[in-house]
Amino acid sequence: MLRIAATLSHKGRGEEPRNSRLSNSMNTQLLIQLLVNGLVVGTLYGVVAMSFVLIYKATQVVNFAQGELLLVGAWVCWALLTKYQVPFWLGMPITLVFMFVLGIAIQVVILRPLIGEPIISVIMVTIALSTVFSALMKWMFGVNLQPFPSVFGTQNVNILGLQVQTVYLMSLAVSVAMMIGMAWFFRFSKYGLAMRATAFNQQVAQSLGISVKNVFAMAWAISATVSAVAGVVVAVVNGVSAGLAFYGIKVFPAAILGGLDSVGGAVLGGIIIGLLENFAHFLDSEYLHWGNLYEIAPFYALIVILMIKPYGLFGTKDIERV
Amino acid sequence: MAGSTLIPSGDFRTSYAEDTTVFPTRTGRNAMIAGIVLICFAPYVLGEYTLSLLIQIGIFGIAALGLNIVVGFTGQISIGHAAFFGFGAFTSAYLSNRFGIPVFFCIPLAGVVTAAVGLVFGLPAARLKGLYLAIATLAAQYILLDFFARAEWFTGGSVPASAEPFSIFGYSLRGDKKYFYVVLAYVVVCYLLVTNLIRSRDGRALIAVRDHYLSAEIMGINLTKYRTLSFGLAAFFAGVGGALYAHYNQVVSNEGFGIDRSIIFLAMIIIGGLGSIMGTLMGTAFMVLLPESMEWLSVALRDSPIDQFLGLKNNIAFLREMAIGIIIIIFLVFEPDGLAHRWRQIKAYWKLYPFSH
Repeated sequence: MLRIAATLSHKGRGEEPRNSRLSNSMNTQLLIQLLVNGLVVGTLYGVVAMSFVLIYKATQVVNFAQGELLLVGAWVCWALLTKYQVPFWLGMPITLVFMFVLGIAIQVVILRPLIGEPIISVIMVTIALSTVFSALMKWMFGVNLQPFPSVFGTQNVNILGLQVQTVYLMSLAVSVAMMIGMAWFFRFSKYGLAMRATAFNQQVAQSLGISVKNVFAMAWAISATVSAVAGVVVAVVNGVSAGLAFYGIKVFPAAILGGLDSVGGAVLGGIIIGLLENFAHFLDSEYLHWGNLYEIAPFYALIVILMIKPYGLFGTKDIERV
Repeated sequence: MAGSTLIPSGDFRTSYAEDTTVFPTRTGRNAMIAGIVLICFAPYVLGEYTLSLLIQIGIFGIAALGLNIVVGFTGQISIGHAAFFGFGAFTSAYLSNRFGIPVFFCIPLAGVVTAAVGLVFGLPAARLKGLYLAIATLAAQYILLDFFARAEWFTGGSVPASAEPFSIFGYSLRGDKKYFYVVLAYVVVCYLLVTNLIRSRDGRALIAVRDHYLSAEIMGINLTKYRTLSFGLAAFFAGVGGALYAHYNQVVSNEGFGIDRSIIFLAMIIIGGLGSIMGTLMGTAFMVLLPESMEWLSVALRDSPIDQFLGLKNNIAFLREMAIGIIIIIFLVFEPDGLAHRWRQIKAYWKLYPFSH
């Protein structure tokens, strides 16, 4: 019953009949299920948005290739588990190490030469990166959805009258764990402190002996790793396909809503966007019957937020006066 | 359009008219006119295939020119250009089918309607800048695409809309050979328009907004007006290009106006050179010829070990996508000023040959 909506690739129309078949007495039931679904998806958006904001905060780069980092992580893990028959407890760490190295490589090889270039160049380079990665993944692994080998036995758990599959609980738990881990990292670790200092003011940080270059590379590495975890989680639930990269696009409404440079805001924004998406889906299937509304609702929300409150809920206001 | 490097030493400009002239040297102007005259004979000399490539370069060149106004000259970022291109295509088809307006008038009309839509989405541009704007245009891209899929009265939904062939006063122009002249005329007019726009007061205001928006505002330039204006202009040229595209293919389907096309438009102006008018055309030619040359290459390599390793036949589409991405990265890292800059350097080299230093 529950499913993670965002991976429905880009065509959300196929599943309307199933929902409209539900009788009206099921309305509340459906709404609650969709909202729970929204919460699960939303926390995942939150995790991805968090890693997006991490890069933005530390390096001032808007990463349009965030979704592709998810995709690469999921495919690498999938390949290790199915093609090379590596057990999950070994495959997952290998994936993470790979993504860590990949993140550093992207920063050092591609983004470092662009420091100081206009913002359009930096944005374009990440857009180009996303094209390269998505095409590369299609080339290497094909365009079909591949089921992920079952890592956990799937069962249904009854929570407050709702049938919830264990994978969704796992997804929620992993997301929350990652958020807590990130919070801990920023608050208590040495690198986290260095990153916060760099985000605050690069020149001052450098004069205090922080290697800004290292911090930049580390931000990409951590972001790529966290994204890969999110990618694997989605893959475990829904299988791997190119549609996974759409998470990277959904990150924008979430991050903008929360404020581009606020990690906590990104998490909250992700949850709100996840809920909004599923609520739009509920409205659509029950009352409006426009079709495809939940795919597009976040973008309308995005435009509205940008018009009303461009710096989001918790973003730093950038005040300029002439 | 020629760079300052081509002007003989000792030749100082003494008036504004001299400084803003389109062709600083007579040779440059004559070469341009000769080039346009020469290309008029293209339909008699070139084959169908080459001609269709030239037409594509022209059509996409007009749309890319619009994008260069907004990105290259005004310094705003737009990631939704293909949606406007598509909107122009659908509008022109709709106007000619529904109201029976001759196609000759439909094309500029489509440009105007698209410009109006561009202004609506340009409104956030009044408040936003930099990456916020990039994200807003990304949203515009998805919203417009959704609109195309939804508005069946306008686009025909999943059934492609048909577009009438181009006609002037009841005389219809069918086939690539005749359509080539239509596109050529539009290319010349659009490029002249934009060249003159940049020389004008408004054009200088746009460039001032790009170079330093705070200083521009201090000088009395209305930021909101010029940012929105640049979006409207960009949408106008995208609409004209889209309309030409519609009447060239004579069907407009929902495909091909997605974000990947927007990225290709951005690639065109980056490869050509941001803020360079002739560079736009060079970049467009590059991006149109890139997939074609990859096709030729894959045919040439058929059954060779490279072919077997890469599986060229099945994977050419992915390799093409990758090539586009890689080329954008290479240009951004190694040649941020694009082909236009390289072209200027080549010209300067030969101008001074053999004593280049």
